[in-house]
Amino acid sequence: MKYVIIGSSIAAIGCIEGIRSVDKKSEITVISKEDTFIYSRPLISYLIEEKTSLEKMRYREDDFYEKQNCKTYLGREVIKINDKNKVVILNNNEKIAYDKLMIATGSRPFIPEIKGIEKVKNKFTFMTLDDALSLKKKLTENKNVLILGAGLIGLKCAEAVMDKVKSVTVVDLAKRILPSILDEDGCKIVTKHIENKGVNLILDDSIDSIDEKNAILKSGKEIEYDIFVIAVGVRANTELAKETGLKTNRAIITDEKGKTSNKDIYAAGDCTESYDITSDDTKVLALLPNAYLKGETAGINMAGGDKTYDNAMPMNSLGLFGLHMVTAGSYEGESYIDINENETNYKRLIYKNNLLKGFIIIGDVRRCGIYTKLIREKIDLRQIDFELIKDKPQLMAFSRKYRDETLGGVK
Amino acid sequence: MKRIYVNEKWCLGCHLCEYYCAYANSNESDMVKALKNIKIRPKIKIEELNGVTSAVSCRHCNEPYCVKGCISGALSINEGVINIDKNKCIGCFTCVLSCPYGAIEPDEDGVVDKCELCMKNSFGSPQCVKGCPNNAIVYEERG
Repeated sequence: MKYVIIGSSIAAIGCIEGIRSVDKKSEITVISKEDTFIYSRPLISYLIEEKTSLEKMRYREDDFYEKQNCKTYLGREVIKINDKNKVVILNNNEKIAYDKLMIATGSRPFIPEIKGIEKVKNKFTFMTLDDALSLKKKLTENKNVLILGAGLIGLKCAEAVMDKVKSVTVVDLAKRILPSILDEDGCKIVTKHIENKGVNLILDDSIDSIDEKNAILKSGKEIEYDIFVIAVGVRANTELAKETGLKTNRAIITDEKGKTSNKDIYAAGDCTESYDITSDDTKVLALLPNAYLKGETAGINMAGGDKTYDNAMPMNSLGLFGLHMVTAGSYEGESYIDINENETNYKRLIYKNNLLKGFIIIGDVRRCGIYTKLIREKIDLRQIDFELIKDKPQLMAFSRKYRDETLGGVK
Repeated sequence: MKRIYVNEKWCLGCHLCEYYCAYANSNESDMVKALKNIKIRPKIKIEELNGVTSAVSCRHCNEPYCVKGCISGALSINEGVINIDKNKCIGCFTCVLSCPYGAIEPDEDGVVDKCELCMKNSFGSPQCVKGCPNNAIVYEERG
Protein backbone atom coordinates (compact mmCIF):
# COMPACT_ATOMS: atom_id res chain seq x y z
CA MET A 1 0.00 0.00 0.00
CA LYS A 2 1.25 3.46 -0.90
CA TYR A 3 -0.04 6.42 1.06
CA VAL A 4 0.50 9.96 -0.11
CA ILE A 5 -0.34 12.96 2.06
CA ILE A 6 -0.52 16.49 0.70
CA GLY A 7 0.21 18.90 3.54
CA SER A 8 2.26 18.68 6.73
CA SER A 9 0.17 20.37 9.37
CA ILE A 10 -2.07 18.89 12.05
CA ALA A 11 -4.49 16.91 9.83
CA ALA A 12 -1.48 15.38 8.06
CA ILE A 13 0.19 14.43 11.34
CA GLY A 14 -3.10 12.96 12.60
CA CYS A 15 -3.34 11.01 9.35
CA ILE A 16 0.18 9.60 9.71
CA GLU A 17 -0.48 8.54 13.30
CA GLY A 18 -3.82 7.06 12.22
CA ILE A 19 -2.23 5.05 9.41
CA ARG A 20 0.57 3.82 11.66
CA SER A 21 -1.89 2.60 14.30
CA VAL A 22 -3.03 0.07 11.69
CA ASP A 23 -0.23 -0.30 9.15
CA LYS A 24 3.31 -0.08 10.52
CA LYS A 25 5.13 -0.82 7.32
CA SER A 26 3.76 0.62 4.08
CA GLU A 27 5.30 3.66 2.52
CA ILE A 28 3.93 7.07 3.50
CA THR A 29 4.95 10.06 1.40
CA VAL A 30 4.39 13.57 2.73
CA ILE A 31 4.44 16.49 0.31
CA SER A 32 4.31 20.01 1.67
CA LYS A 33 4.82 23.53 0.43
CA GLU A 34 6.24 24.46 3.81
CA ASP A 35 9.83 23.42 4.38
CA THR A 36 10.09 23.59 8.13
CA PHE A 37 9.88 21.51 11.30
CA ILE A 38 6.47 20.24 12.38
CA TYR A 39 4.69 23.05 14.17
CA SER A 40 1.20 24.03 15.11
CA ARG A 41 -0.01 27.26 13.56
CA PRO A 42 -1.97 28.54 16.56
CA LEU A 43 1.38 28.83 18.35
CA ILE A 44 2.74 31.63 16.19
CA SER A 45 1.23 34.35 18.37
CA TYR A 46 2.88 32.77 21.43
CA LEU A 47 6.18 32.73 19.53
CA ILE A 48 6.02 36.50 18.96
CA GLU A 49 5.02 37.01 22.58
CA GLU A 50 7.96 34.78 23.56
CA LYS A 51 5.72 32.44 25.53
CA THR A 52 7.21 29.72 23.40
CA SER A 53 10.32 29.42 21.24
CA LEU A 54 11.28 27.83 17.94
CA GLU A 55 12.64 24.93 19.99
CA LYS A 56 9.60 24.48 22.23
CA MET A 57 6.93 25.01 19.59
CA ARG A 58 7.67 21.77 17.79
CA TYR A 59 4.38 19.85 17.60
CA ARG A 60 6.24 16.59 17.17
CA GLU A 61 9.89 15.61 17.68
CA ASP A 62 12.34 16.40 14.89
CA ASP A 63 12.78 12.72 14.05
CA PHE A 64 9.02 12.20 13.73
CA TYR A 65 9.00 11.48 9.97
CA GLU A 66 11.96 9.18 10.32
CA LYS A 67 10.41 7.28 13.21
CA GLN A 68 7.08 6.99 11.40
CA ASN A 69 8.94 5.83 8.32
CA CYS A 70 7.72 8.67 6.10
CA LYS A 71 9.37 9.95 2.96
CA THR A 72 9.10 13.73 2.73
CA TYR A 73 9.04 16.22 -0.09
CA LEU A 74 9.17 19.51 1.80
CA GLY A 75 9.15 22.79 -0.09
CA ARG A 76 7.37 21.07 -2.99
CA GLU A 77 3.90 21.63 -4.28
CA VAL A 78 1.41 19.24 -5.81
CA ILE A 79 0.07 20.87 -8.97
CA LYS A 80 -2.23 18.12 -10.12
CA ILE A 81 -3.90 14.93 -8.95
CA ASN A 82 -4.40 12.38 -11.72
CA ASP A 83 -7.06 10.20 -10.13
CA LYS A 84 -7.34 7.90 -13.16
CA ASN A 85 -3.72 6.78 -12.93
CA LYS A 86 -3.55 7.48 -9.19
CA VAL A 87 -0.54 9.73 -9.25
CA VAL A 88 0.13 13.23 -7.98
CA ILE A 89 2.29 15.58 -10.03
CA LEU A 90 4.69 17.95 -8.31
CA ASN A 91 5.78 21.40 -9.44
CA ASN A 92 9.05 19.93 -10.75
CA ASN A 93 6.98 17.45 -12.80
CA GLU A 94 7.94 14.55 -10.58
CA LYS A 95 5.16 11.98 -10.34
CA ILE A 96 4.33 10.08 -7.17
CA ALA A 97 1.96 7.13 -7.24
CA TYR A 98 -0.60 6.50 -4.51
CA ASP A 99 -3.10 3.85 -3.51
CA LYS A 100 -4.70 6.11 -0.90
CA LEU A 101 -4.35 9.87 -0.97
CA MET A 102 -4.92 12.41 1.81
CA ILE A 103 -5.60 16.04 0.95
CA ALA A 104 -4.70 18.19 3.93
CA THR A 105 -4.02 21.42 2.09
CA GLY A 106 -5.47 23.67 4.77
CA SER A 107 -6.54 27.22 4.15
CA ARG A 108 -5.02 30.55 3.27
CA PRO A 109 -5.69 34.08 4.45
CA PHE A 110 -8.36 35.94 2.56
CA ILE A 111 -7.11 39.27 1.21
CA PRO A 112 -9.96 41.74 0.77
CA GLU A 113 -10.02 44.30 -2.00
CA ILE A 114 -8.89 47.64 -0.64
CA LYS A 115 -7.88 50.63 -2.74
CA GLY A 116 -4.08 50.90 -2.75
CA ILE A 117 -3.42 47.62 -0.89
CA GLU A 118 -1.15 46.25 -3.60
CA LYS A 119 1.33 49.09 -3.07
CA VAL A 120 1.62 48.56 0.70
CA LYS A 121 4.99 47.01 1.50
CA ASN A 122 4.71 46.47 5.24
CA LYS A 123 1.67 44.24 5.05
CA PHE A 124 1.43 40.83 6.62
CA THR A 125 -0.92 37.96 7.04
CA PHE A 126 -0.81 35.95 10.30
CA MET A 127 -1.06 32.27 9.67
CA THR A 128 2.25 30.54 9.10
CA LEU A 129 5.59 30.44 10.88
CA ASP A 130 7.08 32.50 8.04
CA ASP A 131 4.36 35.13 8.53
CA ALA A 132 5.22 35.34 12.23
CA LEU A 133 8.96 35.50 11.71
CA SER A 134 8.76 38.27 9.13
CA LEU A 135 6.30 40.25 11.24
CA LYS A 136 8.45 39.81 14.34
CA LYS A 137 11.46 41.36 12.60
CA LYS A 138 9.53 44.59 12.00
CA LEU A 139 8.27 45.04 15.55
CA THR A 140 9.95 47.92 17.36
CA GLU A 141 8.70 50.22 20.09
CA ASN A 142 8.09 53.17 17.77
CA LYS A 143 5.79 51.29 15.41
CA ASN A 144 2.04 51.66 15.05
CA VAL A 145 0.33 48.43 14.10
CA LEU A 146 -2.97 48.34 12.23
CA ILE A 147 -4.81 45.02 12.21
CA LEU A 148 -7.78 44.43 9.96
CA GLY A 149 -10.05 41.83 11.57
CA ALA A 150 -11.22 41.40 15.18
CA GLY A 151 -11.62 37.65 15.00
CA LEU A 152 -9.43 35.03 16.66
CA ILE A 153 -6.41 35.59 14.46
CA GLY A 154 -6.54 39.38 14.56
CA LEU A 155 -6.93 39.57 18.34
CA LYS A 156 -4.27 36.93 19.06
CA CYS A 157 -1.97 38.97 16.83
CA ALA A 158 -2.89 42.16 18.73
CA GLU A 159 -2.08 40.47 22.03
CA ALA A 160 1.21 39.13 20.70
CA VAL A 161 2.55 42.45 19.41
CA MET A 162 1.12 44.78 22.09
CA ASP A 163 4.16 45.01 24.36
CA LYS A 164 6.59 45.37 21.50
CA VAL A 165 5.13 48.35 19.68
CA LYS A 166 3.82 51.88 20.25
CA SER A 167 0.17 51.27 19.40
CA VAL A 168 -2.21 48.61 18.17
CA THR A 169 -5.42 49.45 16.33
CA VAL A 170 -7.89 46.75 15.30
CA VAL A 171 -10.54 47.54 12.71
CA ASP A 172 -13.49 45.30 11.88
CA LEU A 173 -16.58 45.64 9.76
CA ALA A 174 -18.59 43.70 12.34
CA LYS A 175 -20.26 45.50 15.22
CA ARG A 176 -18.53 43.32 17.77
CA ILE A 177 -15.36 41.31 18.31
CA LEU A 178 -15.11 37.52 17.92
CA PRO A 179 -18.61 37.40 16.40
CA SER A 180 -18.32 33.75 15.48
CA ILE A 181 -17.62 32.53 19.00
CA LEU A 182 -19.02 35.04 21.53
CA ASP A 183 -22.50 36.37 22.19
CA GLU A 184 -23.21 40.05 22.92
CA ASP A 185 -22.77 39.85 26.70
CA GLY A 186 -19.54 37.91 26.31
CA CYS A 187 -18.29 40.44 23.79
CA LYS A 188 -18.88 43.31 26.19
CA ILE A 189 -16.67 41.71 28.83
CA VAL A 190 -13.86 40.81 26.47
CA THR A 191 -14.05 44.14 24.62
CA LYS A 192 -13.77 46.08 27.87
CA HIS A 193 -10.88 43.91 28.94
CA ILE A 194 -8.80 44.30 25.80
CA GLU A 195 -9.53 48.02 25.55
CA ASN A 196 -8.30 48.39 29.12
CA LYS A 197 -5.11 46.67 28.01
CA GLY A 198 -4.60 49.40 25.45
CA VAL A 199 -5.94 47.99 22.20
CA ASN A 200 -7.62 50.65 20.10
CA LEU A 201 -10.74 48.96 18.74
CA ILE A 202 -12.66 50.41 15.82
CA LEU A 203 -15.76 48.37 15.05
CA ASP A 204 -18.54 48.71 12.51
CA ASP A 205 -16.08 50.32 10.11
CA SER A 206 -13.68 49.20 7.41
CA ILE A 207 -10.69 50.39 5.46
CA ASP A 208 -11.70 52.23 2.32
CA SER A 209 -8.23 52.97 1.00
CA ILE A 210 -4.68 52.57 2.20
CA ASP A 211 -1.23 53.86 1.30
CA GLU A 212 2.20 53.25 2.82
CA LYS A 213 1.49 55.37 5.91
CA ASN A 214 -2.24 55.98 6.23
CA ALA A 215 -5.47 54.07 6.13
CA ILE A 216 -8.71 55.92 5.39
CA LEU A 217 -11.75 54.26 6.91
CA LYS A 218 -15.27 54.22 5.48
CA SER A 219 -16.29 56.57 8.28
CA GLY A 220 -13.71 59.08 7.09
CA LYS A 221 -11.39 58.41 10.04
CA GLU A 222 -7.71 58.40 9.17
CA ILE A 223 -5.23 56.07 10.86
CA GLU A 224 -1.49 56.48 10.66
CA TYR A 225 0.34 53.20 10.77
CA ASP A 226 3.67 51.48 10.08
CA ILE A 227 2.70 47.81 9.98
CA PHE A 228 -0.49 46.45 8.44
CA VAL A 229 -1.78 42.98 9.36
CA ILE A 230 -4.63 41.41 7.40
CA ALA A 231 -6.66 38.96 9.49
CA VAL A 232 -10.14 38.98 8.01
CA GLY A 233 -10.53 35.26 7.66
CA VAL A 234 -9.36 32.26 5.70
CA ARG A 235 -10.40 30.41 2.58
CA ALA A 236 -10.06 26.66 2.19
CA ASN A 237 -7.50 25.47 -0.33
CA THR A 238 -9.81 23.44 -2.54
CA GLU A 239 -8.32 24.01 -6.00
CA LEU A 240 -6.64 20.60 -6.33
CA ALA A 241 -9.78 18.84 -5.16
CA LYS A 242 -12.00 20.81 -7.53
CA GLU A 243 -9.76 20.17 -10.52
CA THR A 244 -9.88 16.48 -9.68
CA GLY A 245 -13.67 16.64 -9.72
CA LEU A 246 -14.14 15.97 -6.01
CA LYS A 247 -17.35 17.25 -4.49
CA THR A 248 -16.79 20.58 -2.81
CA ASN A 249 -18.89 23.27 -1.28
CA ARG A 250 -17.10 26.05 0.59
CA ALA A 251 -14.53 23.36 1.27
CA ILE A 252 -14.03 19.70 0.39
CA ILE A 253 -16.95 17.46 1.30
CA THR A 254 -16.13 14.24 3.14
CA ASP A 255 -18.09 11.55 4.90
CA GLU A 256 -17.69 10.53 8.54
CA LYS A 257 -14.73 8.37 7.57
CA GLY A 258 -12.87 11.34 6.13
CA LYS A 259 -13.43 10.07 2.58
CA THR A 260 -14.15 12.42 -0.32
CA SER A 261 -16.40 11.61 -3.27
CA ASN A 262 -13.50 9.56 -4.68
CA LYS A 263 -13.06 6.26 -2.82
CA ASP A 264 -9.26 6.47 -2.77
CA ILE A 265 -8.99 10.11 -1.78
CA TYR A 266 -9.47 11.35 1.77
CA ALA A 267 -9.36 14.87 3.13
CA ALA A 268 -9.15 16.49 6.56
CA GLY A 269 -8.43 19.76 8.32
CA ASP A 270 -9.20 23.33 7.31
CA CYS A 271 -9.70 22.42 3.64
CA THR A 272 -12.77 20.32 4.51
CA GLU A 273 -16.28 20.74 5.79
CA SER A 274 -17.46 18.79 8.81
CA TYR A 275 -20.87 17.94 10.17
CA ASP A 276 -21.54 19.98 13.30
CA ILE A 277 -23.63 17.85 15.70
CA THR A 278 -24.84 20.90 17.59
CA SER A 279 -26.38 22.75 14.66
CA ASP A 280 -27.16 19.76 12.41
CA ASP A 281 -25.41 21.23 9.43
CA THR A 282 -22.15 20.99 7.56
CA LYS A 283 -19.54 23.73 7.85
CA VAL A 284 -15.84 24.46 7.87
CA LEU A 285 -14.61 23.83 11.40
CA ALA A 286 -11.13 25.29 11.09
CA LEU A 287 -10.05 24.18 14.55
CA LEU A 288 -7.03 22.21 15.59
CA PRO A 289 -8.73 19.35 17.49
CA ASN A 290 -11.05 18.83 14.53
CA ALA A 291 -8.09 18.68 12.13
CA TYR A 292 -6.28 16.09 14.21
CA LEU A 293 -9.30 13.89 14.92
CA LYS A 294 -10.49 13.89 11.32
CA GLY A 295 -6.98 13.34 9.98
CA GLU A 296 -6.47 10.44 12.36
CA THR A 297 -9.85 8.93 11.48
CA ALA A 298 -9.08 9.18 7.77
CA GLY A 299 -5.65 7.63 8.29
CA ILE A 300 -7.11 4.63 10.09
CA ASN A 301 -9.66 4.11 7.31
CA MET A 302 -7.06 4.60 4.57
CA ALA A 303 -5.06 1.78 6.14
CA GLY A 304 -8.03 -0.56 6.17
CA GLY A 305 -9.20 0.07 9.73
CA ASP A 306 -12.67 1.20 10.58
CA LYS A 307 -13.19 4.48 12.38
CA THR A 308 -15.93 7.08 12.33
CA TYR A 309 -15.60 10.70 13.36
CA ASP A 310 -19.15 11.76 14.00
CA ASN A 311 -19.07 14.16 16.90
CA ALA A 312 -17.45 17.29 15.52
CA MET A 313 -18.53 20.69 16.80
CA PRO A 314 -17.13 24.18 17.17
CA MET A 315 -14.81 24.40 20.19
CA ASN A 316 -12.61 27.31 21.14
CA SER A 317 -10.39 27.91 24.11
CA LEU A 318 -8.30 31.02 24.24
CA GLY A 319 -6.83 33.64 26.45
CA LEU A 320 -6.60 37.30 25.51
CA PHE A 321 -4.42 39.54 27.66
CA GLY A 322 -4.85 37.19 30.61
CA LEU A 323 -8.61 36.73 30.33
CA HIS A 324 -9.61 33.21 29.47
CA MET A 325 -12.65 32.07 27.54
CA VAL A 326 -13.99 28.75 26.33
CA THR A 327 -16.85 28.20 23.95
CA ALA A 328 -18.44 25.15 22.38
CA GLY A 329 -21.33 24.17 20.18
CA SER A 330 -24.10 26.43 18.96
CA TYR A 331 -26.19 28.99 20.76
CA GLU A 332 -29.78 28.39 19.73
CA GLY A 333 -32.12 27.37 22.51
CA GLU A 334 -32.90 28.25 26.10
CA SER A 335 -30.16 29.77 28.18
CA TYR A 336 -28.93 29.57 31.73
CA ILE A 337 -26.88 32.69 32.43
CA ASP A 338 -24.62 33.42 35.36
CA ILE A 339 -22.78 36.70 35.36
CA ASN A 340 -20.97 38.14 38.38
CA GLU A 341 -21.23 41.71 39.56
CA ASN A 342 -18.00 43.12 38.15
CA GLU A 343 -18.71 41.30 34.93
CA THR A 344 -15.41 39.48 34.75
CA ASN A 345 -16.90 36.00 35.05
CA TYR A 346 -19.59 34.97 32.65
CA LYS A 347 -21.26 31.66 31.99
CA ARG A 348 -24.01 30.86 29.54
CA LEU A 349 -25.26 27.33 28.93
CA ILE A 350 -27.57 26.80 25.96
CA TYR A 351 -29.91 23.83 25.91
CA LYS A 352 -32.71 22.57 23.71
CA ASN A 353 -34.91 19.47 23.81
CA ASN A 354 -33.17 18.24 26.98
CA LEU A 355 -29.74 18.40 25.38
CA LEU A 356 -26.91 20.81 26.10
CA LYS A 357 -26.12 22.48 22.78
CA GLY A 358 -23.44 24.95 23.61
CA PHE A 359 -21.77 27.17 26.19
CA ILE A 360 -19.75 30.31 26.63
CA ILE A 361 -17.61 30.67 29.73
CA ILE A 362 -15.36 33.63 30.44
CA GLY A 363 -13.09 33.71 33.46
CA ASP A 364 -13.33 30.53 35.52
CA VAL A 365 -13.01 27.76 32.93
CA ARG A 366 -12.17 24.94 35.35
CA ARG A 367 -13.61 21.51 34.50
CA CYS A 368 -15.62 22.91 31.57
CA GLY A 369 -14.81 19.73 29.62
CA ILE A 370 -17.62 18.06 31.59
CA TYR A 371 -20.03 20.39 29.75
CA THR A 372 -18.34 19.52 26.46
CA LYS A 373 -18.97 15.87 27.22
CA LEU A 374 -22.70 16.54 27.70
CA ILE A 375 -22.82 18.08 24.23
CA ARG A 376 -20.52 15.61 22.49
CA GLU A 377 -22.31 12.54 23.84
CA LYS A 378 -25.79 14.09 23.56
CA ILE A 379 -26.55 13.19 27.15
CA ASP A 380 -30.22 13.61 28.06
CA LEU A 381 -30.23 16.30 30.72
CA ARG A 382 -33.05 14.50 32.54
CA GLN A 383 -30.59 11.72 33.31
CA ILE A 384 -28.32 14.02 35.29
CA ASP A 385 -28.76 16.66 37.98
CA PHE A 386 -28.81 19.60 35.59
CA GLU A 387 -29.53 22.15 38.34
CA LEU A 388 -26.38 21.04 40.13
CA ILE A 389 -24.16 21.00 37.08
CA LYS A 390 -25.40 24.41 35.92
CA ASP A 391 -23.71 25.91 38.92
CA LYS A 392 -20.46 23.98 38.63
CA PRO A 393 -19.28 21.20 36.31
CA GLN A 394 -18.97 18.06 38.44
CA LEU A 395 -19.31 14.31 38.22
CA MET A 396 -21.64 14.25 41.23
CA ALA A 397 -24.35 15.45 38.85
CA PHE A 398 -24.15 12.10 37.08
CA SER A 399 -25.56 8.82 38.28
CA ARG A 400 -23.75 6.60 40.74
CA LYS A 401 -23.62 3.98 38.00
CA TYR A 402 -21.81 6.36 35.66
CA ARG A 403 -19.18 7.16 38.28
CA ASP A 404 -18.77 3.48 39.14
CA GLU A 405 -18.16 2.70 35.48
CA THR A 406 -15.80 5.56 34.74
CA LEU A 407 -13.94 6.20 37.99
CA GLY A 408 -14.50 2.80 39.53
CA GLY A 409 -13.86 0.68 36.45
CA VAL A 410 -17.01 -1.37 37.09
CA LYS A 411 -18.15 -3.08 33.91
CA MET B 1 -2.39 -1.04 31.65
CA LYS B 2 -2.66 -0.35 35.35
CA ARG B 3 -5.06 2.42 36.26
CA ILE B 4 -6.33 4.13 39.37
CA TYR B 5 -9.83 3.00 40.32
CA VAL B 6 -12.00 4.50 43.00
CA ASN B 7 -14.53 2.47 44.89
CA GLU B 8 -16.94 5.21 45.88
CA LYS B 9 -18.57 3.00 48.49
CA TRP B 10 -15.35 2.94 50.50
CA CYS B 11 -14.39 6.61 50.05
CA LEU B 12 -14.45 8.39 53.44
CA GLY B 13 -14.01 11.84 51.93
CA CYS B 14 -10.96 12.34 54.15
CA HIS B 15 -8.97 14.14 51.41
CA LEU B 16 -5.78 12.24 52.34
CA CYS B 17 -5.34 11.26 48.68
CA GLU B 18 -5.09 14.96 47.86
CA TYR B 19 -2.40 15.51 50.48
CA TYR B 20 -0.39 12.46 49.41
CA CYS B 21 -0.64 13.62 45.81
CA ALA B 22 0.53 17.13 46.63
CA TYR B 23 3.41 15.77 48.73
CA ALA B 24 4.51 13.29 46.06
CA ASN B 25 4.63 16.02 43.44
CA SER B 26 6.19 18.71 45.62
CA ASN B 27 9.85 17.72 45.19
CA GLU B 28 10.17 18.00 48.96
CA SER B 29 11.48 15.06 50.95
CA ASP B 30 9.77 16.25 54.11
CA MET B 31 5.99 15.94 54.17
CA VAL B 32 5.56 18.82 56.61
CA LYS B 33 7.61 21.18 54.45
CA ALA B 34 5.61 20.11 51.43
CA LEU B 35 2.21 20.70 52.98
CA LYS B 36 2.29 23.00 55.99
CA ASN B 37 0.78 26.44 55.29
CA ILE B 38 0.74 25.70 51.59
CA LYS B 39 -2.31 25.84 49.37
CA ILE B 40 -2.07 22.41 47.84
CA ARG B 41 -2.88 21.77 44.20
CA PRO B 42 -3.48 18.04 44.04
CA LYS B 43 -4.06 16.25 40.76
CA ILE B 44 -6.65 14.01 42.39
CA LYS B 45 -9.62 15.76 43.91
CA ILE B 46 -12.50 14.79 46.13
CA GLU B 47 -15.98 15.60 44.93
CA GLU B 48 -18.64 15.76 47.58
CA LEU B 49 -22.41 16.00 47.59
CA ASN B 50 -24.80 15.30 50.46
CA GLY B 51 -22.40 12.97 52.20
CA VAL B 52 -21.41 11.09 49.05
CA THR B 53 -17.73 11.46 48.17
CA SER B 54 -15.47 10.23 45.41
CA ALA B 55 -11.99 10.99 44.11
CA VAL B 56 -11.42 12.15 40.54
CA SER B 57 -8.14 12.06 38.66
CA CYS B 58 -7.05 11.53 35.04
CA ARG B 59 -8.46 8.29 33.63
CA HIS B 60 -5.64 7.96 31.10
CA CYS B 61 -8.26 7.37 28.40
CA ASN B 62 -7.51 5.11 25.49
CA GLU B 63 -8.87 7.79 23.15
CA PRO B 64 -7.77 10.93 24.94
CA TYR B 65 -9.41 14.08 23.59
CA CYS B 66 -6.92 16.14 25.57
CA VAL B 67 -3.93 14.71 23.70
CA LYS B 68 -5.59 14.75 20.31
CA GLY B 69 -6.75 18.32 20.69
CA CYS B 70 -3.55 19.67 22.29
CA ILE B 71 -2.41 22.56 20.13
CA SER B 72 1.21 22.58 21.27
CA GLY B 73 2.08 18.90 21.41
CA ALA B 74 2.65 19.24 25.17
CA LEU B 75 0.33 16.33 25.98
CA SER B 76 1.46 12.91 24.83
CA ILE B 77 0.81 9.23 25.49
CA ASN B 78 3.70 7.15 26.75
CA GLU B 79 2.90 3.49 27.22
CA GLY B 80 -0.66 4.40 28.06
CA VAL B 81 0.21 7.16 30.52
CA ILE B 82 -0.81 10.64 29.46
CA ASN B 83 2.03 13.01 30.20
CA ILE B 84 2.19 16.80 30.22
CA ASP B 85 5.33 18.65 29.17
CA LYS B 86 4.84 21.88 31.11
CA ASN B 87 7.72 23.45 29.27
CA LYS B 88 5.88 23.12 25.98
CA CYS B 89 2.38 23.94 27.24
CA ILE B 90 1.31 27.49 26.37
CA GLY B 91 -1.82 27.47 28.55
CA CYS B 92 -4.51 27.60 25.87
CA PHE B 93 -6.63 25.19 27.98
CA THR B 94 -8.03 23.33 24.98
CA CYS B 95 -7.45 20.18 27.06
CA VAL B 96 -9.51 21.64 29.92
CA LEU B 97 -12.28 22.18 27.38
CA SER B 98 -11.85 18.61 26.09
CA CYS B 99 -11.53 16.45 29.21
CA PRO B 100 -14.83 14.70 30.00
CA TYR B 101 -13.84 14.24 33.65
CA GLY B 102 -12.54 17.71 34.41
CA ALA B 103 -9.26 16.08 35.36
CA ILE B 104 -6.85 18.58 33.80
CA GLU B 105 -6.61 21.93 35.51
CA PRO B 106 -4.75 25.19 35.05
CA ASP B 107 -1.93 25.49 37.58
CA GLU B 108 -0.48 28.59 39.23
CA ASP B 109 1.92 29.21 36.34
CA GLY B 110 -0.82 29.43 33.73
CA VAL B 111 -0.06 26.07 32.17
CA VAL B 112 -1.94 22.85 32.89
CA ASP B 113 -1.26 20.07 35.33
CA LYS B 114 -2.54 16.54 35.57
CA CYS B 115 -2.03 13.13 37.15
CA GLU B 116 0.88 11.22 35.65
CA LEU B 117 0.44 8.26 38.01
CA CYS B 118 3.51 9.49 39.95
CA MET B 119 5.65 8.07 37.13
CA LYS B 120 7.70 11.23 36.82
CA ASN B 121 8.28 12.00 40.49
CA SER B 122 10.60 10.23 42.89
CA PHE B 123 7.92 7.77 44.08
CA GLY B 124 7.25 6.00 40.79
CA SER B 125 3.80 4.70 41.74
CA PRO B 126 0.55 6.50 42.62
CA GLN B 127 0.80 7.91 46.14
CA CYS B 128 -2.91 8.68 46.42
CA VAL B 129 -3.37 4.91 46.49
CA LYS B 130 -0.78 4.51 49.21
CA GLY B 131 -2.34 7.27 51.27
CA CYS B 132 -5.91 6.03 51.09
CA PRO B 133 -6.70 4.65 54.57
CA ASN B 134 -9.73 2.67 53.49
CA ASN B 135 -8.40 1.12 50.27
CA ALA B 136 -11.03 3.00 48.29
CA ILE B 137 -8.38 3.96 45.74
CA VAL B 138 -6.57 1.11 44.08
CA TYR B 139 -4.03 0.83 41.27
CA GLU B 140 -4.79 -2.24 39.20
CA GLU B 141 -4.62 -3.89 35.82
CA ARG B 142 -8.19 -4.63 34.75
CA GLY B 143 -7.75 -5.43 31.08
